[in-house]
Amino acid sequence: MAAPITIHLEFGGGAELLFSGVKKHHMTLPSQSQPWDMKQLLVWIQQNLLKERPELFVQGDSVRPGILVLINDADWELLGELDYQLQDKDNIVFISTLHGG
Amino acid sequence: MAQEVCSLKAQLREKEKEIADLKNKLAQLEKSHTSTLELRDRVTPLTPLKAKASLSNEDIMRYSRQLILPELGVQGQLNISKTSVLIVGCGGLGCPLAQYLAAAGIGHLGLLDYDEVELSNLHRQVLHGEDNLGQAKALSAACAVRRLNSTVECIPYHLQLSSENALQLIQQYDIVADCSDNVPTRYLVNDACVLSGKPLVSASALRMEGQLAVYNYHGGPCYRCLYPVPPPPETVTNCSDGGVLGVVPGIMGCFQALEVLKIASGQGSSCGQQLVIFDAQDARFRCIKLRPRQAGCVVCGENPSITHLADYESFCGSAATDKCRKLNLLSRDQRITVQDYKSVMDSTEPHLLLDVRPPVEVDICHLPCSVNIPLSSLEERKIEHLQLLQERIRQVKQQMAGDCLPPVYVICKMGNDSQKAVQVLENLSGSEVDSIMVKDISGGLMAWAKTIDPTFPQY
Repeated sequence: MAAPITIHLEFGGGAELLFSGVKKHHMTLPSQSQPWDMKQLLVWIQQNLLKERPELFVQGDSVRPGILVLINDADWELLGELDYQLQDKDNIVFISTLHGG
Repeated sequence: MAQEVCSLKAQLREKEKEIADLKNKLAQLEKSHTSTLELRDRVTPLTPLKAKASLSNEDIMRYSRQLILPELGVQGQLNISKTSVLIVGCGGLGCPLAQYLAAAGIGHLGLLDYDEVELSNLHRQVLHGEDNLGQAKALSAACAVRRLNSTVECIPYHLQLSSENALQLIQQYDIVADCSDNVPTRYLVNDACVLSGKPLVSASALRMEGQLAVYNYHGGPCYRCLYPVPPPPETVTNCSDGGVLGVVPGIMGCFQALEVLKIASGQGSSCGQQLVIFDAQDARFRCIKLRPRQAGCVVCGENPSITHLADYESFCGSAATDKCRKLNLLSRDQRITVQDYKSVMDSTEPHLLLDVRPPVEVDICHLPCSVNIPLSSLEERKIEHLQLLQERIRQVKQQMAGDCLPPVYVICKMGNDSQKAVQVLENLSGSEVDSIMVKDISGGLMAWAKTIDPTFPQY
């Protein structure tokens, strides 16, 4: 069994509007047999935090196009994207791309 | 006496010649002045910059405060003076960017914008003034830049960047700055920069946030490496819908100027594989390490499938402007015009007028008898708002004779959100609230202001 972990979730660039406008969320993920990965985190967010219109946040098993995922201030592409295994106290940011000028 | 007359006549002839010469000189100067600021409506070849071998005394004095920086020095200044930069979009980002590049002594400054100056631009597009309303933004920006530094060669383009003209234009410049306001243009500029091998200093801003990165630079990613698939159009918010605090694009445009000047002077940008995120609310910059250039990228990868510019509006499913889209979600019998609603209002027929804008916009202006329930509350089915709705429907019903369904007219700013609200309300009708007859007021409050009540504020 993997012990519960606490993570810091952040939403920005407008993505926070899908979460009642709240940018920062301090969350505890329950213990489970396997370590938590990003794929499971997305499902967990959808079930526990995202109330309305999931299509504005997820597409298939990943985030929708136009949302960039950052793990501890690095592009998640550098860390294995959906397969990244979450560590206690990780900082995960979902940032919607801005287009205005 | 005769001698004096002769001498005076000779002096007069001389002075007249002098006046003619001066007039000539002035005319020539004025001609060259307007010709360099001639607004271009198509891409034409640039006259190449003459590389300066050394700085003039005037240059030395003008740039002295940056010249003595060891990071810049004489060579850095000379490098800046022979660099040409294309600014795509003379809005909230492009204005401060153009201002600082001109002040720093950039060589050529291409200023591109298809749009004209509007009153609602002035809070953030700081090169344009009240006198420039209605003028092409490219020209207004060029004139402002000219006042600041007449040695900078400005080329204003009043045109829409397109697949047909982008390559020809971008090939003529050393560095490109994306200050545009829409998704198709961002992909177009990126692809044109990759195909012509130019660094792209890109920024964006909305509400209280900004983002910046330098693409296609020293092994770093291009825009497509980061965003291979465009976002669904309904997830994209523009400044007129989402709002923006003017100083936020101001800060991001200044940041772009910094990175352009670092590249131009030879120091190099530090944002080639880095995304800078600015949160104005928390007064915080965050620097994110990005992925490198992606081998599988369709434009800058090892086997690119994009070798020429295609149709970016259809790729992104949206138009290459930041003008608001007009949704058409409802059938004709679900919508009424503002004139129709005016008759309803005048007839004192019992009805409910539901304003579905966010409260912050209702504070700006609203129609007297409207009830405000934001679209988001309807979508989330917020209990207190559904109760309010039900209560108001009952009140209308009490005023009505017979078994007619109580009419609910829905209004918002432009007539997009109100259509979505009508769809939500039709689902609620007869289940979560009493049965109603619900209709959208087409074109919203802005149509009301334009055609019914000219004293109603527009925003």
